Amino acid sequence: MNIAVPIKLVPDLVEELELNDDGSDLDHDALTYKINEFCDHALEEALQLKEAHGGSVTVLALDRDEADKALFTALAKGADRAIKVTGIDENTGTLTAAHAFRAALAGVEFDVLLTGVQAPDDREGQLGVLLASLLEIPHVSAVSEVSFDGGTVTLHKEFAGGVLARYQVAPKVVLGIQSARQAPRYAPVSRVRQLMKEASLDEIEVESPTNTSPEVRRVFRPTAGRGAEMLAGTTEDVAARIAELVLAHRGAR
Amino acid sequence: MSASNVLVVAEHLDGVLAEVTFELLGLGRALASAAGGKLEVALLGSGMDQAASHLGGADRVLSVDHASLRGFHPEACVAALVQVLTEHPARTVLTSTTSMGMDLAAALAVRLQRPLIAYAQDARLEGDLLVATSQLYGGKLLVESAVEGDCVLSVLAGANPAAAGRVDGSPEVVAVAAPAALASCRLQWLEQIKPPAGDVDITQETVLVCVGRGIESEDNLPMAQELATALGGAVCSSRPIVDNKWLPKTRQVGKSGLRVAPKVYLALGVSGAPEHIEGMKDAGLIVAVNTDATAPIFEHAHYGTTEDLFDVVPALLERLR
Repeated sequence: MNIAVPIKLVPDLVEELELNDDGSDLDHDALTYKINEFCDHALEEALQLKEAHGGSVTVLALDRDEADKALFTALAKGADRAIKVTGIDENTGTLTAAHAFRAALAGVEFDVLLTGVQAPDDREGQLGVLLASLLEIPHVSAVSEVSFDGGTVTLHKEFAGGVLARYQVAPKVVLGIQSARQAPRYAPVSRVRQLMKEASLDEIEVESPTNTSPEVRRVFRPTAGRGAEMLAGTTEDVAARIAELVLAHRGAR
Repeated sequence: MSASNVLVVAEHLDGVLAEVTFELLGLGRALASAAGGKLEVALLGSGMDQAASHLGGADRVLSVDHASLRGFHPEACVAALVQVLTEHPARTVLTSTTSMGMDLAAALAVRLQRPLIAYAQDARLEGDLLVATSQLYGGKLLVESAVEGDCVLSVLAGANPAAAGRVDGSPEVVAVAAPAALASCRLQWLEQIKPPAGDVDITQETVLVCVGRGIESEDNLPMAQELATALGGAVCSSRPIVDNKWLPKTRQVGKSGLRVAPKVYLALGVSGAPEHIEGMKDAGLIVAVNTDATAPIFEHAHYGTTEDLFDVVPALLERLR
């Protein structure tokens, strides 16, 4: 089977998320972008499936800062082809991203499309479900344990409380990956740098779609709800207070 | 006035309604009242009469009964909901951000050509506008959006009180004929698999020590386990730990894991994404240890410290000896 993996680049949530001056958006220039964690799992699952069953893995990303690095990293991990999708505002929302990927996928042969199940900026919905609906093919979200058997795909969908359901589907299908069968592999930086010199990315230019997104009124930080009382003092003071609190609330055993 | 109606999509597993259904009904009632419309609930399944008797919070149940809806089936559910909305138009469709809701909201939005606002924690009407606030970026930022006219709203599970929508007694049940598409779905639901009995049932523990991404390595788990043992509790975790296979799924707290409400919840290196908060916000005492002072977990914890967990936990163990 041939697998396509459209990946999203998202702000690194470990860093401070700066807002622009009028509070209408993130200050994108001040942020560091990296591959969405779930997309990394989708890529890993795609590579595992290729290693087990053959076929190919094509990775796509919308052009923006860090897109080249993410795509070369995917090649270093074992992807066969990397495509940079150009012609789109780099700070676009997920719905526009889905339209752009759909247009780009017209030039890509695939049977199964794996995406990360969600991303931290999915205000307009998740890429996989949007993309499947635009492509008019079935989708399943929160997927793990994908396997290929002849011409069919078998998979698990995760529900709350560890309940699973098993499904079967003939391609084409879009699967929103919750977690790969093993933690995403690591690509040595030296290998990525080498590929950046020797290999090249394919580019597909798409026309900017004219969908309408819900208007953003403002972006703001949550005001502390009840908010935590922050414990003061040295590490020992903090530990002492935590021990006292925990033992008091736990009650006698 | 059908245009001002609100449709809630009921979620259930084997006919047992999920808590979030009542949360949606509570929010849906407020929106329907403000618009002067009816609150209806779509109940999709096979042999769902019993479930309808708990949906007294709605004005009407719109029921689609079909064998293909026996297990949760994304393709069949979307087709059935399109049929329901064709026969019974509603301005606002309320789904949730659960595993099920995620498969429905964006698909409905595309099929019905409506805007979608996802991860909403609340929603209200301002004249003709529906205004909703989404929790994004792992709960670090809120985004207020406004839409006019028909829309789909995907609401965070756990963000609204379930009590507001929990009314026993069945309202009028209207059967909606299953669309022909249900007989020719490409996706096949095969079976449901119950979770294997875990080594520890974290929903029954008095004290939980929860590890998040900040624990950094699988090698640091024994330290957390030692602390849990010293406190007479168990170790649980946020999602990334389970996704990395450092702990089994039975230890995961949150949206795709378990809901817990221990007397004490000690969160070590947990950022507090909405999906995690949903699973632990009802704990009696929540203490958060995280070096990131902006981590959303501090919004929900009773006590917090930005001291490094790798300093605090050894000090804590020393004190408990």
